[in-house]
Amino acid sequence: MTAPLHEPTAEAAPSAAEEAAIANAGDKAVQGRSLGRIAWERLKRDKLALTGGIVVLVLILVAVFAPMIASLIGQDPDTFHETLIDPLFGTPKGSLGGISGDHLLGVEPVNGRDIFARILYGSRISLLVGFLSAIVAVVLGTVLGILAGFFGGWVDSVISRVMDGLLAFPQLLFIIALVSVMPNEMLGLSGSSVRVFVMILVIGFFGWPYIGRVVRGQTLSMREREYVEAARSLGAGRFYILFKELLPNLVAPIIVYTTMMIPTNILTEAALSFLGVGVKPPTSSWGQMLSTAIDYYDSDPMYMVVPGVAIFITVLAFNLFGDGVRDALDPKASR
Amino acid sequence: MLAYLIRRLFAAAVMLVVIILVVFSIFFLVPKWAGVDIATSFVGKQADPHAVAAVREKLGLSDPIFIQVWHFFKGIFVGRTYSAGGDVTHCAAPCFGYSFRSEQSVWPVLTDRFPVTLGLALGAAVLWLVFGVAAGVLSALKRGTIWDRSAMVIALGGVSLPIYFTGLLSLAIFSYGLNWINGQYVPLDQSFSGWLGGMILPWITLAFLYAAMYARITRATMLEILGEDYIRTARAKGLKEQVVIGKHAMRSTMTPILTMLGMDLGALIGGAILTETTFSLPGLGQAVLTAIKNQDLPIILGVTLITSLAVLLANLVVDILYAVIDPRVRLS
Repeated sequence: MTAPLHEPTAEAAPSAAEEAAIANAGDKAVQGRSLGRIAWERLKRDKLALTGGIVVLVLILVAVFAPMIASLIGQDPDTFHETLIDPLFGTPKGSLGGISGDHLLGVEPVNGRDIFARILYGSRISLLVGFLSAIVAVVLGTVLGILAGFFGGWVDSVISRVMDGLLAFPQLLFIIALVSVMPNEMLGLSGSSVRVFVMILVIGFFGWPYIGRVVRGQTLSMREREYVEAARSLGAGRFYILFKELLPNLVAPIIVYTTMMIPTNILTEAALSFLGVGVKPPTSSWGQMLSTAIDYYDSDPMYMVVPGVAIFITVLAFNLFGDGVRDALDPKASR
Repeated sequence: MLAYLIRRLFAAAVMLVVIILVVFSIFFLVPKWAGVDIATSFVGKQADPHAVAAVREKLGLSDPIFIQVWHFFKGIFVGRTYSAGGDVTHCAAPCFGYSFRSEQSVWPVLTDRFPVTLGLALGAAVLWLVFGVAAGVLSALKRGTIWDRSAMVIALGGVSLPIYFTGLLSLAIFSYGLNWINGQYVPLDQSFSGWLGGMILPWITLAFLYAAMYARITRATMLEILGEDYIRTARAKGLKEQVVIGKHAMRSTMTPILTMLGMDLGALIGGAILTETTFSLPGLGQAVLTAIKNQDLPIILGVTLITSLAVLLANLVVDILYAVIDPRVRLS
């Protein structure tokens, strides 16, 4: 996918124009290109990744401005529209799940809530949990990974065993179990907020070993490098070396794993809500819409298609962007 | 080899004990910390204090956690009797607990549900290994071609589709729309063709998701390995391309694939919760989900343990296979 950085040039004698260009470059003094700059140039050339990135940006805006967009089209996620429901079957009147000028994506079976508005509000839960749990995982993973890699010895042994153990755990089951034993009210939160809070913590907690392992490996290979030695010989303390010398060099893999973790977290949130241990009704979430849609897959298939496609587009966009970021930041990566 | 095996077995046993402790803590300590009385949740919402006290005594809930874990362990080997006053309930060995919610021992529930989940996981694993690895290898060998591009686009789509959506979609299309497949689960001992008919959609949708993941990993690993020096050496020796790919490159490619297979298969055998919910398959995953909704702690505990055991066993088998595939492992 990514074009080689240096196009092979024909070995012809440099033309006058080229010579002028070279001379010009000499005048301006050669500018070094930072890693970020190189990565950005590569990413700009990757059309798929850029598309993914733009979709991600739009999704974030949609999530942030969900209430405004909903009121702009004159709908809200909680109003019942029973007049639009066929009283005999409980499914929306009209074709394709009741799609109309008022209800852009149709209405829900039985109570007739507007699906578009519910999708808008659902994106907030998905992205909130997806991003925040990734942050929890990144912070834990980076700190513990860097400590394990830098200090070695028993610190490394303990942290590594914990990571192995967490990775071997049946995660979904544990997350379900943990979320389900949490009380309905805690720390001044109640209802769906508790669930969202718990989901962020738990998903993040089970996610940190993925980042931790990578950071540990990188730290291990970097702590013996000359620049670390140089810093040490200049009298730099441990924490200076850890955070000023090593951490900046770990930024690339951390960014890559974070972008790849967000879509997984979004899928986990949707799965939890699908299984009924995610956010509580009437708060809307894509996974929860799909779980109600099970009962209508034959009579009102549109009800399942809309949230399904929403999840698909979101996760695909993050994955495309994540793949692009990985390729751009990793000089060895080849697609 | 023997020493390696013993070391691995020992590590697995330690891990299992840790998991049991963690599970106990989740179910017995977290509610306590959060100020919820477990005994109440066993009896139900409108519990009278006598019933709650009886349950607490019967299950030994006031004992310290280590005593409770010990009773649980002992029950697995010698069975267990719960008694409070004149009320006695016996749970025969192997006793994985007794569900007072559904008034049955946990072990029969596990043995009833296990074959369904095992069949689902193994069938799907065969499919995804064959198609996922084949697609990945072909993509790596034909890198940059239209085949590679389209396979990878499909794979990226595949990993972005949740199974509870593809499953419902396939049910709507193939079972309801085209009426090709019944879509109902039929136990294997009742009718083989009925069982196949009920499992085919779950197998394919589950395998599609994993095949997509495996194809991506296989392709990336294969590409990396094809750039290694020893592949160049093998080619320089004049080995046929089939031998270079089939014997030299494939062997290294399979190592990470095996690791993934161990984890995935273990996790699935322990309850393919999402797939089973989508297709209404009466497996372990569905049992645990129902149990969670009913707050039926003993069953949750039992299934969690079986799941962890499955993950551990699968990883153990993988570690042993490692030693077979990769001779270097034997030395370490």
